[in-house]
Amino acid sequence: MKVLVPVKRVIDYNVKARVKADGSGVDLANVKMSMNPFDEISVEQAVRMKEAGTATEVIIASIGPAAAQETIRTALAMGGDRGILVKTDQTVEPLAVAKILKAITEQEGADIVILGKQAIDDDSNQTGQMLAALLGRSQATFASEVKIDGDKAEVTREVDGGLQTIRVQLPTVITVDLRLNEPRYASLPNIMKARKKPIDEKTPEDFGVDITPRLKVLKTTEPPTRAAGVKVESVQELVAKLRNEAGVI
Amino acid sequence: MGTLVVADHDNTNLSDATAKVVSAAKQLGGDVHILVAGQNCGSVADASAKLDGVTKVLLADDAIYSARLAENVAELVVGLMGDYDAVLSSATTMSKNFMPRVAALMDVAQISEIVKVEAPDTFVRPIYAGNAMQTVQSSDAKKVITVRTTTFQAVGQGGSAAVEKIAAAKDPGLSEYVGDRLSESARPQLTSAKIIISGGRGMQSGDNFKLVEAVADKLKAAVGASRAAVDAGYAANDMQVGQTGKVVAPELYIAVGISGAIQHLAGMKDSKVIVAINKDEEAPIFQVSDYGLVADLFKALPELEAELTKLGL
Ligand SMILES: Cc1cc2nc3c(=O)[nH]c(=O)nc-3n(C[C@H](O)[C@H](O)[C@H](O)COP(=O)(O)OP(=O)(O)OC[C@H]3O[C@@H](n4cnc5c(N)ncnc54)[C@H](O)[C@@H]3O)c2cc1C
Ligand SMILES: Nc1ncnc2c1ncn2[C@@H]1O[C@H](COP(=O)(O)O)[C@@H](O)[C@H]1O
Repeated sequence: MKVLVPVKRVIDYNVKARVKADGSGVDLANVKMSMNPFDEISVEQAVRMKEAGTATEVIIASIGPAAAQETIRTALAMGGDRGILVKTDQTVEPLAVAKILKAITEQEGADIVILGKQAIDDDSNQTGQMLAALLGRSQATFASEVKIDGDKAEVTREVDGGLQTIRVQLPTVITVDLRLNEPRYASLPNIMKARKKPIDEKTPEDFGVDITPRLKVLKTTEPPTRAAGVKVESVQELVAKLRNEAGVI
Repeated sequence: MGTLVVADHDNTNLSDATAKVVSAAKQLGGDVHILVAGQNCGSVADASAKLDGVTKVLLADDAIYSARLAENVAELVVGLMGDYDAVLSSATTMSKNFMPRVAALMDVAQISEIVKVEAPDTFVRPIYAGNAMQTVQSSDAKKVITVRTTTFQAVGQGGSAAVEKIAAAKDPGLSEYVGDRLSESARPQLTSAKIIISGGRGMQSGDNFKLVEAVADKLKAAVGASRAAVDAGYAANDMQVGQTGKVVAPELYIAVGISGAIQHLAGMKDSKVIVAINKDEEAPIFQVSDYGLVADLFKALPELEAELTKLGL
């Protein structure tokens, strides 16, 4: 069984995004970039499936600028077998990403595609669901537990009310949530080995996908800021302020 | 033509998120219809019909919608979209599951978690954990939108729309519901509570959450948690507040033993009044709090409970 893991290069989760002064977007110059944290969880899941003998090959794909190659290398160092970089300097919206991933999934004959539930830059939470729709496949989103059982997968999902378990028909598309696993750190020998693993370079045109955005960004602005308030000296003072000043209790 | 709102419900009760989505839908102009897909969910259709501004309720009552599996609901919604310009639903896990599927099947972009309608084709949405707000204009003929309900006022209950039964769409047969483990709580829900008290890694154990719960009981508050507290097993996953958990905006948010990471702030910084209790006076949470108390939570929480008791709460 082949597993495809799409990984996105995003601003590092420790960095606070800053809006450009002219409102044209978020300033990414000289900002630390990393693999989307959810995608590390997907890679870990796929690699564990390979270690368990469920998966035969783990293919890593990323759509983005040349530097996304580093992100693919990181995934290869975690245990991915080979990579596909679909190079473009344009912004690619989730629908177009899903279309490119559909083509890759079909070309590679990937039985399972494992994605992050959400990219922490656009916070879209769409791509996996869109890919499943385009492929006409089942989907299991926000997974916190995955069990492959013959031609089905039993997946526990993190939902608003708690946890839900569903059984989906394979081939399928899974998106992962935070509690699925704890991603490993790549060891130095594995980082060295990953340098030799092949990465195929493609373009969106190679897959015949039109990546023209459907959404025009008119402006990007700072959110309303909150001024820091006051420090109180005691619980008594806190309660008095909440009652008499803020009027919330 | 008009807008279709997909109701969020559990087959018995209509979620209050839907009344807020209707308020966003009204801003698009045109008629607003609600789709209720579920099983034995007549009570949900009745509640939907009462929402102000809703002119029709479509009820698809069928076993294949009992758990609102994404493949099935998407199939149904796409089949109805010939009659509508836009489909809206709340940014809850239910809608986040099927709405992008609807969008892809219609070959349109989904606009996720809008917080403002500027024009029928122009919306504001947060990106980068709410550190930037983006205004986007859609070029798609039909719109697929999820709504962040914390920023829209619920519509009133004066309506009396007709309920029309509709046939189920075909069952794609791709997935089945096995079961769920839903958290039972007598406390208010996080997403609708007026007061929330959340605990973080500083709580040190699940057992210590009793201290938070005791205060919550006094204030009739919901209890939330940081990701670190959930990951450590102190709290259930559905209690996580943040960029990738629940987004809340209560009148009062009390953060206890929470440092204030970007991802946590993303879920609560629109609260009206924020209180932080943390023993580290440098903790970033104090930068967004109206009232900060530098203290050991194990001392402060019992004191807080006692003070509230004194007030007769
Ligand atoms: C992809 C991704 C998504 C994420 N999504 C979320 C999310 O949705 N929500 C979320 O919350 N986080 C999220 N995080 C995690 C986030 O980055 C932080 O790690 C997390 O919020 C930290 O939780 P915390 O504040 O409880 O723990 P810590 O940062 O460890 O802070 C604990 C605090 O408790 C204080 N403390 C300790 N003992 C006491 C005491 N006795 N009395 C008083 N104070 C005490 C300490 O001073 C400290 O400030 C996400 C991270 C990633 C990578
Ligand atoms: N440009 C991209 N390249 C590779 N994978 C992507 C890309 N964009 C999104 N994804 C995948 O889709 C998931 C969800 O992203 P999103 O729908 O943008 O929130 C991510 O966690 C990735 O697994």
